[in-house]
Amino acid sequence: MNHSLVNWFKFASPASFYPLAGRLIPYFAAVAMALLAAGLWIGLLVAPTDAQQGEGYRIIFVHVPVSWMSMFIYCVMAFWAALGLSFNTRLSGMMTSALAPTGALFAFLSLWTGALWGKPMWGAWWVWDARLTSQLILFFLYLGFIALQAAIDDPRRADKAGAILALVGVINVPIIYFSVQWWNTLHQGASVSMTKAPSMAHTMLLGMLLMALAFWAYTIAVALMRVRCIILERELTSEWVKKNAME
Amino acid sequence: MSEFLAMGGYAFYVWGSVGACALGMVLEVWMLKHRRRAILARLPRKELA
Repeated sequence: MNHSLVNWFKFASPASFYPLAGRLIPYFAAVAMALLAAGLWIGLLVAPTDAQQGEGYRIIFVHVPVSWMSMFIYCVMAFWAALGLSFNTRLSGMMTSALAPTGALFAFLSLWTGALWGKPMWGAWWVWDARLTSQLILFFLYLGFIALQAAIDDPRRADKAGAILALVGVINVPIIYFSVQWWNTLHQGASVSMTKAPSMAHTMLLGMLLMALAFWAYTIAVALMRVRCIILERELTSEWVKKNAME
Repeated sequence: MSEFLAMGGYAFYVWGSVGACALGMVLEVWMLKHRRRAILARLPRKELA
């Protein structure tokens, strides 16, 4: 028998994933705290003042990373949803559910910080343009996913229904990403491009990347905390929970 | 220090953004800890806690 296969499927079982997740949480939390401190220090203190926007541009150090995370988390949810529908593994649906509230939080923060940036720079908290509207739809997709799952009593059926919504909704992510190219929009273009040399100061780029990595580590830690709650709630009556869950 | 807090006149917008993110993350972690405590309280073998 193939050993790597054995190991992966071992952790696809909630009972064996639960203690592993518990051991991983402190590490991801510590990494998140350290990266957050470094990213905020560089973003708020070290990075130079912007020639056009003064200190107001510093919103970029939270706005861009939370917006990236809101899109990325939805893609990860779609990945777990596809895995769950293909292999019918219970943990996949739990992971999809565990990520949704954090994704909703980041989508909300993206809109919130965007409004606080738009007001001083554009003169408006909100405009109905392609980038902003598609990001608002992403927020509603997260809320729709959470509401749909909450409305179905049987967790396995809730997982399946949620997985289909996650997979259909993922079409919105490239629409958000490319909206600034496809339509005329008030929103500026991509802050960081894979194909072009960075157009911003290196310290600005470094601050943004540190913040993005910090939110990554935060998301992993929080999703693992939530998936442990979900596992316990669903398996409260099983023997292993009674024996081991207190650890 | 007060110059740093003033953010060149953009204090409300910059700190409103950073503060909302901090608040959101702290609240999320707090809610998860609360949720976990509530589940463990329902477990029968309390003497292990």
